[in-house]
Amino acid sequence: MPELRVLAPTAILGYGFPIQSFEEGLKRDPHVIAVDAGSSDPGPFYLGAGVSFTDRNAVKRDLELMLTAARKRKIPLIIGSAGGSGGEPHLKWNVEIVEEIAKEKNLAFKMAVIHAEISPKLVLDKLALGKIVPLEPAPDLTFEELEKTERIVGQMGIEPIIRALEMGAEVIVAGRAYDPAVFAALAVYRGFHRGLATHLGKILECASIAATPGSGSDCMMGYLGENYFQVEPLNPVRKCTTMSVAAHTLYEKSDPYLLPSPGGVLDLSETQFSQQSPRAVRVTGSKFIEDANYTIKLEGVKKIGYRTVAIAGARDPIMIGQIDEIIGSERGRVADNFGGQNLEYFLDFKVYGKNGVMADLEPVVETKSHELGIIIEAVAPDQATADTICSFARSTMLHWGYEGRISTAGNLAFPYSPSDFRAGPVYAFNIYHLLEVSDPCELFPIELCQSGEVGA
Amino acid sequence: MKLRDVAAVIRSKNSGPFELTFDIIFKDGDLFQRVYEAGVITRELFAQLYNLPVENVTAVIGFSPANAIKATLVRPIPSGALGERDVYGAQQHVPLFDVEIQL
Repeated sequence: MPELRVLAPTAILGYGFPIQSFEEGLKRDPHVIAVDAGSSDPGPFYLGAGVSFTDRNAVKRDLELMLTAARKRKIPLIIGSAGGSGGEPHLKWNVEIVEEIAKEKNLAFKMAVIHAEISPKLVLDKLALGKIVPLEPAPDLTFEELEKTERIVGQMGIEPIIRALEMGAEVIVAGRAYDPAVFAALAVYRGFHRGLATHLGKILECASIAATPGSGSDCMMGYLGENYFQVEPLNPVRKCTTMSVAAHTLYEKSDPYLLPSPGGVLDLSETQFSQQSPRAVRVTGSKFIEDANYTIKLEGVKKIGYRTVAIAGARDPIMIGQIDEIIGSERGRVADNFGGQNLEYFLDFKVYGKNGVMADLEPVVETKSHELGIIIEAVAPDQATADTICSFARSTMLHWGYEGRISTAGNLAFPYSPSDFRAGPVYAFNIYHLLEVSDPCELFPIELCQSGEVGA
Repeated sequence: MKLRDVAAVIRSKNSGPFELTFDIIFKDGDLFQRVYEAGVITRELFAQLYNLPVENVTAVIGFSPANAIKATLVRPIPSGALGERDVYGAQQHVPLFDVEIQL
């Protein structure tokens, strides 16, 4: 079986990569260029609001290089979790960028667009059939909760991508996908071992993060053989060591030996890591154990209100010494002032220099900071109420007459005018569930078109 | 000795929106074995450091290929929920620094 080579330019589409590393990768004659564009790490907002967490110019820059190289070499380019969250608006955004590049660079290709947004109606039907279970520790999904949901995506496995390859797609823009899927699909399609291909994908999805020194914006090459794979960073300042690669296997996963994925579990209990060359690591023994029932991971969010924040600093040591009491009194004052109006709101004070990062989990009890950063945050069912609460809490704190106060002109230093900022709609994850399917492709419709004809 | 003296990496990160996972990677295989076998890094330790019931510490697992101990716990609140301080969960590792290790 001939070796299959996969070029992973960057950890997230739009995070960038040095052209020299990319060219080193091309010299190694890759069979496919693949990139993961997404993550749920940046939180629920992006999925809910339908916007990318990466910048359009940065994404276009990366894609232009990848697309041009892939077309020149007549190898597939596969993009997963388009637009960051991989829902419909994200996918459309990403496809538009591809179309724009195709036009500017006069490139022609067959493009497959794989959709991954799941209609609430479909989820409702599946829920009624008992085909949805929470991915613990997520809570059970109720009909009521589902009704509040703004957007749901499903993480596709390799199968819809393989189908797109079978259809002759040269560029594949996939909605939400299991991160390793875009790297493993061509390999599995060509008959390579699914466990090794998936494990390789698991490493390549973060590009050079698995090297030392690690980087999320540099290229990595994967080599897949019959019973091994190898990874090698493409920038000579980096190397892969058995430690750096094994350690990456831990990254962002709950169990290092058993990694659940669409359709089965990646079992690393017999995986061996060996140093193949000073800069490349060889991996063997990774297995894929098929699930009896194929499940798709769903991610969904609901809108929970609108946010307004005010940013301020405090420098007065008499105030800093009483910050908890002052905040407590503030809360009381806000509640009292609007008590008659039955306003629904969430009010929070994030005090940096005290416990801004860890809140109640902060082991340091007494702050020694000479200054504090304070974020006053209000979330309410509508933006106007959030504005009201934030504004009132800010003005009250500014002039609060705390015990022993000698700076009677004002308690807060505002770095900006305006002091308050509307952060817009606020979302919360409410679906993180597994949905059982009979066909791994059933939730992921594929559109095949000649470039320039999509998105009409 | 403290954990930060024997570890090359101590990190925290989300594992999905509902879990927080910690990796402690030791400076060498010997240190890993000794600390792991000493049984100091336990579910109880994480429960205490992160003020959680023990059952919310999903797992503490040794991973010898990386000289690492991995622990996963239920996030106090889901990523990005109201009251969030660390959406990525990347700065919750520090209480581990000063855990006392007897070797």
